[in-house]
Amino acid sequence: MIDLNGLTFAYPHGEPIFQDFAWQAARGQAWTVIGPSGCGKSTLLALLTGLLLPQRGEVRIDRQLLTRPRPRTGLIIQDYGLLPWATVRENARLGLRVRNFYGPDGVHAPQDYTRTLEVDRWLERLGLLPFAGQYPGQISGGQRQRTAIARTLALEPDLLLMDEPFSSLDAPTRESLQRLALELWQESGLTMITVTHTIEEAALLGEQILLLSRPPNRQAVIISNPNLLRENYRDTAEYHQLCRELRARLEAA
Amino acid sequence: MKRRDLLLATIGLLSLWQLAAMLVDQPILPTPLVVAGAFVRELGGALPGHFLASLWRVFASTLLSILLAAPAGLLLGQYPKVNAFFSPVIYLLYPIPKVVFLPIILLFLGVGNLPKIVIIFLILFFQILVLVRDQAAGLRPELIRSVRSLGAGRMALLRFVYLPASIPGILTALRQSVGTAVAVLYVAELFATQKGLGYYIYLNGSTLFNYPAMYAGVVAMSLLGLGLYFSVDFLEKRLCPWMFVK
Repeated sequence: MIDLNGLTFAYPHGEPIFQDFAWQAARGQAWTVIGPSGCGKSTLLALLTGLLLPQRGEVRIDRQLLTRPRPRTGLIIQDYGLLPWATVRENARLGLRVRNFYGPDGVHAPQDYTRTLEVDRWLERLGLLPFAGQYPGQISGGQRQRTAIARTLALEPDLLLMDEPFSSLDAPTRESLQRLALELWQESGLTMITVTHTIEEAALLGEQILLLSRPPNRQAVIISNPNLLRENYRDTAEYHQLCRELRARLEAA
Repeated sequence: MKRRDLLLATIGLLSLWQLAAMLVDQPILPTPLVVAGAFVRELGGALPGHFLASLWRVFASTLLSILLAAPAGLLLGQYPKVNAFFSPVIYLLYPIPKVVFLPIILLFLGVGNLPKIVIIFLILFFQILVLVRDQAAGLRPELIRSVRSLGAGRMALLRFVYLPASIPGILTALRQSVGTAVAVLYVAELFATQKGLGYYIYLNGSTLFNYPAMYAGVVAMSLLGLGLYFSVDFLEKRLCPWMFVK
């Protein structure tokens, strides 16, 4: 699904963040990306979104060379992603409105796209129907993030990118949304990449964990997390062992 | 604001006026009742024509300034380089009281509606330009990024983000400058015209010495300002309901 080859990227007047970097992720996998601040986590996500382009090397998504944001990739960011003047339902419709605006041109919307504004199915799945007529300023942070998720899922993505999606939420809300993200991933079969700075979240949302270190990143360091879907994984010894390992690796980096 | 409070305030102000009129006890300050009589009488005369002339000038200049200033503000707010180029010019022109250009505009544009519309346009244009620009520039980059990730290019961003984001700026600018606009209209209508409330007030006060009619004109001008202010309020509630929810 994701294929990075010989990727080199540097911001203007900066040291390269990635140098001749390679990484592959298969369709339907759940990955988390973790590393110290400034390691290039968000840069990697921007490269995968197509909002940044590498100086050398290539990013391929679904075998296609990525040169601009692709319609089947969904992005969820930490906060501030909702329009304050639109209701929950209208915010959830935003992606569809954008697609209807351009029509199925293959650039802004997939070529097989049929016009729709139907989002109530997702509002219901995410428990948002009772708040559908309210504005982002009236609902909780967790509900706002659910709205952002509904908006993205309404576009039926095959690749979901999340940039620190739950880090501004309180602990119980965060946990329930992490569970929800896993459920949605299992239900939909989409490929899910979550960037996070917390060790626990890296262990809870990724069956594979990509560890980035101080730039330049030359080699993908991957830790696998085979027990992810085990019941009450949060309470198991394997989970705590993995967290310890991640902590030790991060400190070494 | 509650209707009851507004009504009480109106009654309070009218009582003060009544009291002042009784104390002064001269033709230059008639009581509210006398002015109300004159107002009703003048409604059957020349007043509505003058009122409409003034209303048209304010309306046309407001529309013109929104149509030109809002896109310009959006452009400046979206392109920091364009903004960097123009902002010194705007910085210099913004605080100049535009009413001082009135004699110049009259010299160039002569009699008729155009100079009046242009002077009000100048006042509103800069207010709207600056507020819309700042509102567009103040949109969080995260918001733009997330809407772009939904597939939005420049046109869709304009349609779904920048345009709706500029509406509160336009309305705030109108709210702030509608009073000034009517004041300047009054001054502008003292010159080179025989239509408009400014002319009507001046004519009745200084030439005909018909003080109740002059006061009726003042009331009409006040109603014009109030009406514009209330219209902005009404539009804000209709177009920006999200600003009023708890």
